[in-house]
Amino acid sequence: MSLPGSGLLRGLAVTWRNLTRRAVTAQYPDALPELPPRSRGVIALIEEKCTSCMLCARECPAWCIYIDSHKDVIPATTEGGRERSRNVLDRFAIDYSLCMYCSICVEVCPFDALHWSPEFEYAELDIRDLTHEKDRLRDWMWTVPAPTALDERADDAKEITTARKAAERASRSEGEGR
Amino acid sequence: MAELADAVLRVVLVIAAFLLLPLLVGQTEHKVMAHMQSRVGPMYAGAFHGWAQLVADGVKFVQKEAVVPADADRSVFRLAPAVALLPYLVALLAIPLGPGIVGQDFDIGLFFVLAVMGVGVIGTLMGGWSSANKFSLLGGIRVAAQLVAYELPFVLAAASVAMAAGTLSLSGIVEAWNPWWLLWQLPGAVVFFVAGLAELQRPPFDMPVADAEIVFGPFTEYGGLRFALFILAEYAGIVVLSALTAVLFLGGWHGPFPDTLGWLWTLLKTGAVAFVVIWVRVAYPRLREDQLQRLAWQGLVPVALLQLVVTAVGAVMLR
Repeated sequence: MSLPGSGLLRGLAVTWRNLTRRAVTAQYPDALPELPPRSRGVIALIEEKCTSCMLCARECPAWCIYIDSHKDVIPATTEGGRERSRNVLDRFAIDYSLCMYCSICVEVCPFDALHWSPEFEYAELDIRDLTHEKDRLRDWMWTVPAPTALDERADDAKEITTARKAAERASRSEGEGR
Repeated sequence: MAELADAVLRVVLVIAAFLLLPLLVGQTEHKVMAHMQSRVGPMYAGAFHGWAQLVADGVKFVQKEAVVPADADRSVFRLAPAVALLPYLVALLAIPLGPGIVGQDFDIGLFFVLAVMGVGVIGTLMGGWSSANKFSLLGGIRVAAQLVAYELPFVLAAASVAMAAGTLSLSGIVEAWNPWWLLWQLPGAVVFFVAGLAELQRPPFDMPVADAEIVFGPFTEYGGLRFALFILAEYAGIVVLSALTAVLFLGGWHGPFPDTLGWLWTLLKTGAVAFVVIWVRVAYPRLREDQLQRLAWQGLVPVALLQLVVTAVGAVMLR
């Protein structure tokens, strides 16, 4: 059982404590926010890496990725060789008025063509301008930060482990051969 | 001639204080309330921490169209803001700042100030009645109920100080003041302050303008300059209430060097009380209408009566 009126005093104490502390307000347009390294601001595209495999467009829950492509025939490089075909990306667009920033497209891309950029200032007056075409998506790539460094005692990256194993295997077979 | 110049100077000073102090309180409220809520409040107007925010607000209010509802009682509707605002100017005239520094020192200054402060509430009531809007009317009725409930403890608490000092003159009360009155008159001071808050319809006693229930009470139909005058009246009310509390209960100009620095002590005490007014607004939620009445009749009135008895006993024993 607390004293009557102690709640009133506690109310005054709480507000007083807030008064003596710094306000939490972020002065946004004057001071840019410090975003965590993996912020989902906008999706950037490395067009050269895209094979128009459509995985991202099909996995997208909001159906906000548009991909048009056609097959290009590469003539055979040797006499009597077989002609090869290649996908050429005609259009890659993301409609940010539909995107729900779930990151599934970035996760699912087998060729690492999609990346998150922390840029978030791309509001538009016309909703149609929120559909970013591929050159605009390519430009966002310049704002993608370098991947964060691994922890000091973390395992090596997968590529390095694979390369080292291959090297070990090669040196072992070399030894056997002698 | 010298007498006329003196009178003009006093009036000009009082009007300057009347125009400046409410804005100061308002700006302090903007910033203090913001920081108490971990915000920063206005930051852009005037380039330095939003010091000109209220000036900007005033310019905006002046530009707006003055709309009078079709069914409104036009003359009463137009008159109401002035009735709400002017009493506080008149009240400020009678409040002493230092020894001899007062607009007009009445023999019955306390009586005069209390009577005039009651008139201010009439302005709000007029606005509520003349707007031809049920929310305004509800708000106006709430104002009336609040006035009836809180005028009694307000006057009783003030009467206790007058009894202790043996005079109704505000300057006389300050002169008779003693530091130990802080303890002797403490319940009266609390009752006076709380009842004053309720009379000004300041949170947590702002049911007349409870925006979640009745839009904005008596001010619902007001806009532009008339609305600004109502808001200015609220802040002028805070200044008058704080100054009265400081003069009656906190000893006005008593402090080091009262003859030269007396005005500063009065202003500092007034500012401190005004800060508490803001603080209370931030800390407490709005009371319900029935809680408001219960607090007045079952809480404040008995305490005020008890304070009168204590004061009477003390006054008799001291004589």
